[in-house]
Amino acid sequence: MSKEILIVDDSPSVRRMVSMTLQQAGYSVTEAVDGAKGLEAAKAHRYAMVITDQNMPNMTGLEFIQAYRSDPSSSGVPIIFLSTESEGGLKEAARAAGALGWMVKPFETEQLLAVVKKVAG
Amino acid sequence: MMDAETQEIFRQEAEALMEALQEGLLVLKDTPDDLEVVAGVFRALHTIKGTGAMFGFSRLASFVHNFEAAFEAVRSGKAVVTPELVNVALTAYDLIAELLEGGDPDPAKDAELTAALNAATTGEAAPATAAAPAAKKDAAPAKIESWDLQFRLPQDFMEIGGNPIAMLDELREVGGDSVSVRLLTDRLPPIAQMDPRALYAGFQVTLPGTIKEGAIRDVFMFHEDQMELNLTAVHAAEAAAPAPAEAPKAAAPAAPAAPAAEPKAETAAKANKAASAAVAQLRVAADRVDLIMDRVGELVIAEARLAAIAAQLQNEALLGVVEDIQRLALGLRDSTMALRMTPLSSIMGRFRRLSHDLAETTGKTFDFIVEGEETELDKTVVEKLTDPLVHMIRNSVDHGLETPEQRAEAGKPERGLVKLSARHAGAEVIIEIIDDGRGMNEAAIRKRAIERGLMTEDSDIPRSEVLKMVLEPGFSTAEQVTALSGRGVGADVVKQAIESLNGSIDITSEPGFGTTFCLRLPLTLAIIEGLLIGVANDRYALPLLAVEQILELPEKLAKGDSATDVIELNNELVPVLRLRQVFNRTGTPAAHPKIVIVGANDTRVGLVVDEIIGTNQTVIKQLSPLHSRLKIFSGATILGDGCVALILDVIHLVTLGQEIEQRLKGNAA
Repeated sequence: MSKEILIVDDSPSVRRMVSMTLQQAGYSVTEAVDGAKGLEAAKAHRYAMVITDQNMPNMTGLEFIQAYRSDPSSSGVPIIFLSTESEGGLKEAARAAGALGWMVKPFETEQLLAVVKKVAG
Repeated sequence: MMDAETQEIFRQEAEALMEALQEGLLVLKDTPDDLEVVAGVFRALHTIKGTGAMFGFSRLASFVHNFEAAFEAVRSGKAVVTPELVNVALTAYDLIAELLEGGDPDPAKDAELTAALNAATTGEAAPATAAAPAAKKDAAPAKIESWDLQFRLPQDFMEIGGNPIAMLDELREVGGDSVSVRLLTDRLPPIAQMDPRALYAGFQVTLPGTIKEGAIRDVFMFHEDQMELNLTAVHAAEAAAPAPAEAPKAAAPAAPAAPAAEPKAETAAKANKAASAAVAQLRVAADRVDLIMDRVGELVIAEARLAAIAAQLQNEALLGVVEDIQRLALGLRDSTMALRMTPLSSIMGRFRRLSHDLAETTGKTFDFIVEGEETELDKTVVEKLTDPLVHMIRNSVDHGLETPEQRAEAGKPERGLVKLSARHAGAEVIIEIIDDGRGMNEAAIRKRAIERGLMTEDSDIPRSEVLKMVLEPGFSTAEQVTALSGRGVGADVVKQAIESLNGSIDITSEPGFGTTFCLRLPLTLAIIEGLLIGVANDRYALPLLAVEQILELPEKLAKGDSATDVIELNNELVPVLRLRQVFNRTGTPAAHPKIVIVGANDTRVGLVVDEIIGTNQTVIKQLSPLHSRLKIFSGATILGDGCVALILDVIHLVTLGQEIEQRLKGNAA
């Protein structure tokens, strides 16, 4: 059974890049286009890892993390937070909300794989 | 005003930093674009400057400031390391060393060297490959032996999906199979207050080998900010002390985190912001360790006395306690001895520098290779070894190696080789200084020895012994005095120093192919396992390691009355010394005397004794200078009943046996 990973991002190109990269590496990937869809998916199924973008319409990544972590079933599921350099201070906020790590956009596929391997195994 | 302790701490720190600085500069000579080493040199300079200023060395601080600026230029890519820069930097190093020792060199030197440093980094036109050092090399700084790592992850680490086990696995991937992990459970709350999802444990990890710091830190990607992470590089020189977990009382109880801990972290080069490095490493004044060793020696003696009394009283309970104390005393002895063990690498920097200087002054090109610098020896041995080794390395380069032209003519590679190798062999350490030079000229040495009256024309002395004559006082064949061999010790001091360490020296040399000096040294000088023997009501100790066999004295030898005899052992004739006669003891020998076969330098001698008493922890006490002429004894020890037993010098006994054998052969002829 390949490990399942949820990617929450409104940008199709990012979702695609993440999906392709991870699928090639043998993971199975579920895509969610915003926080609300992401929460729905995350609560319905326990993923090996969740990756979420910060800048999304309706619900920010930070809000998504807070909402997800309020559900006890999220305990032990690692979340990686995607942001850009300019969004200083968010890293700490995301960590406080319950993210395990973060990645700064733009990133290379190798970096993504290294982080996913480290976090999801 | 600085108190003595603070001063001492500063001195020790400066010493370590200077060692690192010199080491770094010498590494840069060979690998000028190793940015990590450049950074190490810079850090060392920076710390010397900072602490120097703090401790009132203002001239030093301002000079080092300029020195540092030169390396800042290299570090930031504005300049590159050139052989000139290394040479100037080494001279600048010498000036700092002099200033640190309280010397007052000509102030003009400061300006002169500063100008030279500037010229070496900025004066020259930027070389074409100025951008070259951009690529980071993977080589770790030469001296790191292992990493000590202590980390505590945030309590919610597992809650948010982290996996400490995976981290440990990653560390094992980085550090290999010999990574050791210890769980730190000191922050575990009482069970009633425990949150089952929280992570309370910390981890203490040792990663052996020269691993890049970055590789270790990568494991903690994302978490370094939220966790406690102490990463300390253990350098070769420091690895000697097996780091007691608690700081002993000696370490300034009033300010535990203050001066004692800080310099340590700095020396550990890879800076460690939280200065708890003292947990893993502790620098202790050598005489304190000596004091412990003395007391352990006294303890072992007292313990032996207790054992003797207990054996007399035949009290079961007392005997039990004695056994416990015996075990503890032995354990204490072993760990104290381990404290005294110092790796040879602690003095290697000096030799690398020496070889650099020798290459400069002699114009000979050669590689200086060190093997086994991690080999550990008793601190005293290491200290006393420095001068003899300096002499022998200098000798190898000065007299052993040929000039590049001569080598080319002889069909050898122009680059010569000088190798210093060290290894353990049983209770001894073997150190070899090997060169691939012209070898020793036996005929010239014979001639000179005859001139000096060390032997006669017709002496039948084997080649190996002839070669050793170069170590006799006043012996020197056509010695050209170079700038370097002008100072320092003579060859005879080498012999004396090695013998004072109960070691021996052998020389092998192949004309045209080079010379090897082989030193054999005992691991330790403080306490040895001894064999107690009885001769005419007196007791003597022999180093147990020198004892090869114990035999009943054969009937026909027992009857003989000559001072010496031989016994056949594995098809080899071994001379026999009757200790009763050696010590001029009268009276009736024991009914069943024994022969103890002892060996040294591949030669053996049999000692006829009246009685074998047993093994004993022999705490070696030096004989007074009045008795130092008695070569047959190497020291004395105190026995359990308070009596003194003299320790027999095996090397001397073996020579004695050989002399008598030679004399007998002479008579027979």
